[in-house]
Amino acid sequence: MTESYKIIDHNYDVVVMGAGGAGLRATLGTVEAGLKTACITKVFPTRSHTVAAQGGIGASLGNMSEDHWQWHMYDTVKGSDWLGDQDAIEYMCRNAVPAVHELEHYGMPFSRTEDGKIYQRPFGGHTRDHGKAPVERACAAADRTGHAMLHTLYQQCLKHKAEFFVEYIALDLIMDEDGSCKGLVAWDLDSGELHRFNAKMVILASGGYGRAFFSCTSAHTCTGDGHGMVARAGLGLQDMEFVQFHPTGIYGSGCLITEGARGEGGYLTNSEGERFMERYAPTVKDLASRDVVSRGMAQEIRDGRGVGEHGEYIHLHLEHLGSEVLWERLPGITETAKIFAGVDATKEPIPVLPTVHYNMGGIPTNYKGEVLRPTADNPNAIVPGLMAAGEAACVSVHGANRLGTNSLLDLVVFGRACGLHAAEVVDTKAPFKELKTTDGDEAIARFDRLRWAKGSRPTADIRLEMQRVMQGNCGVFRTSEILKEGVGKLSETAKTLPDVGVSDRSLIWNSDLVETLELENLMTCAAATMNSAEARHESRGAHAHEDYPKRDDEVWMKHTIATVDTEKGYGVDLTYRPVNNFTLTDEVSYIEPKERVY
Amino acid sequence: MVEFNLPANSVVKEGKSFSAPADAKNVRSFKIYRFDPDSGDNPRTDTYDIDLDKCGPMVLDALIKIKNEIDATLTFRRSCREGICGSCAMNIDGRNTLACLKPIEDIKGEVKIYPLPHMPVVKDLVPDLSQPYAQLASIEPWLKADSPTPPDGERLQSREERAKLDGLWECILCFSCSTACPSYWWNSDRYLGPAVLLQAYRWLADSRDEYTGERLDALEDPFRLYRCHTIMNCTNTCPKGLNPALAITEIKKMIAERRA
Repeated sequence: MTESYKIIDHNYDVVVMGAGGAGLRATLGTVEAGLKTACITKVFPTRSHTVAAQGGIGASLGNMSEDHWQWHMYDTVKGSDWLGDQDAIEYMCRNAVPAVHELEHYGMPFSRTEDGKIYQRPFGGHTRDHGKAPVERACAAADRTGHAMLHTLYQQCLKHKAEFFVEYIALDLIMDEDGSCKGLVAWDLDSGELHRFNAKMVILASGGYGRAFFSCTSAHTCTGDGHGMVARAGLGLQDMEFVQFHPTGIYGSGCLITEGARGEGGYLTNSEGERFMERYAPTVKDLASRDVVSRGMAQEIRDGRGVGEHGEYIHLHLEHLGSEVLWERLPGITETAKIFAGVDATKEPIPVLPTVHYNMGGIPTNYKGEVLRPTADNPNAIVPGLMAAGEAACVSVHGANRLGTNSLLDLVVFGRACGLHAAEVVDTKAPFKELKTTDGDEAIARFDRLRWAKGSRPTADIRLEMQRVMQGNCGVFRTSEILKEGVGKLSETAKTLPDVGVSDRSLIWNSDLVETLELENLMTCAAATMNSAEARHESRGAHAHEDYPKRDDEVWMKHTIATVDTEKGYGVDLTYRPVNNFTLTDEVSYIEPKERVY
Repeated sequence: MVEFNLPANSVVKEGKSFSAPADAKNVRSFKIYRFDPDSGDNPRTDTYDIDLDKCGPMVLDALIKIKNEIDATLTFRRSCREGICGSCAMNIDGRNTLACLKPIEDIKGEVKIYPLPHMPVVKDLVPDLSQPYAQLASIEPWLKADSPTPPDGERLQSREERAKLDGLWECILCFSCSTACPSYWWNSDRYLGPAVLLQAYRWLADSRDEYTGERLDALEDPFRLYRCHTIMNCTNTCPKGLNPALAITEIKKMIAERRA
């Protein structure tokens, strides 16, 4: 029997969950369109993880050298190892230029060129004319581009008087019997009250789930909350096996050193002082895409050429760039290296290691942002009333591997697309669906169960075990044996969740309970990731399978859909849906798969 | 001399102590402010002895270790753990800073941790920041310009013009500075405080903004701006090395020059 909680009901045309780049851009769009919008967020908007993005936002402005959105599209398709949907990739790349101009018009403090235009730097996997040489495509605000972008979007939301519900924890979606979404349940940390948001459209922009792993560049708050909610609503998660390892996380702390550091001329060396990337990617070397560089680094370490007493890291050199360039263009990471590695980057190399950074997979959507519920008959069937954008979503523009700078781009392009589509389909004059008294009961029962959980295992204990399994059994290199073992170990860990123990019983700012709710979301993501990875018998992008070292387009040119049974031990059911092998318009043709060499 | 005492229900009492494992060799005590809004009890300080050999280097690492391994009820904000989100601002060893950027080794003896001073406390180390957030919104912190933007391009801004924003736009809104300012402590209802004034100057300094006059009008007020008495606590405490006091001086200069 659950305690009776005071419930506050709201009616909104649109409810956005999350106030990072995608959530704020979606909120801005719906507010501008005159839709009554609530943006609910578990942290104050400028504390969202978008703030940590460093190097830039990709757009073929051509401010520094010739560039075209078709080249950007080619690089993105190649970066995705052909798993990306090319209609969505076309939509993103052709909208990149106006999206960046829009951000500038909003007041974003981009760095500038000599002639006063937006400054651009080279980045991994971004090339001129289909792979010929690196191109300057990353539009940058020093090495704090995400910070500049997030604050700018928040400022615009203030300008448009958007309504925020800050430090509200979303618990679960409210689904209608007809399969559509009609709102969500959230918990206000400050007052301890529960809220039901009745909405004609819910937009999930809840970010990634890096914290499913032991070592990641992600913030503590990246816990896959939207993923968990979707899974508990019986919907599938797409391509979860594709987890990006960023080549340059600081050894030890995992703090991010932007790829822009290599874009500005930095390079990697092994214990012999060799610039080993020349062997793995002869043309673009240290600026190959992230999966390629991370594998190169991991291979060097495995072959005994790692740096340090135990040979367990790689050196990133920036010292040759000179302190002036570092302090002007890379001030943030110069500071971070000092604080977290104790290294003066103007004088000595930074110890780095491939570190979990980004989830290519997520909630499946089309390029408009509508969430998909693929069926055997219709792989593109949608869930009415539900959209998703940003890292939480899998559109899929990143496929098996995301290019650097395409994440910030993804946020604004598809955040905007969600706003546009919501404005198109939401009828502000139509009456709201009636919320039944029982709507949200399951969410509140789950909340109450965890609040009073008296099991023997503290949340942090189960979380650490899960993180270790993910780190050890779902890493840069994968084998059938390691993955199979991982599926078993993770299942054992998930089975201990009913034995979780929470010590704080309060309703006001009960962060013990928050972390426990988050743990269930993380476990959902972890299970989907491990099982999807175990099943995919090929190597593609970030999924490097040593028993199946080649990409297999015959069998595996398809998206994984993982449905997690959150009720019973986090078992995973896998189905597949085709990759979209068409573009959005006739202005560009489908890019046929070929071997991926950098 | 008049003596002021805290109201009886605000006096901070001695709380619980948690000792380190017997085999710990490198032990440090963390004395942490606790306040439970449900109990009606006075705030207290709990003491946690931590084995630094089994803890990360930063104060945030110690807080997380306590929450994970000793006392899951300890409540604080945290997110990025690398000094960019501004969540974990608190008063450590007598100074406002970010727990994630503060090395434990920099502190001698017992590590005392309190919430940001002079803000209502919601729970433990979580202050209510709605006042400074509202003040931020009040200065209209967005680009205001009537000139049409180029239809197919960015506004131009020279590197020199853009350089005027450096040291301003990097603010992470942690409010370490505002809550270190005695003027803000006394008059936070009417004085904007250094963090918000730094943001106000960020727009005054932006060559693209066309509302300098209106912005200065809104700031020219005995309280909103001129409660700054150049005490400099803001600049001394800023965990990002920014200089809000200088930004405030620049605003005062702009107003003075406008009068002249």
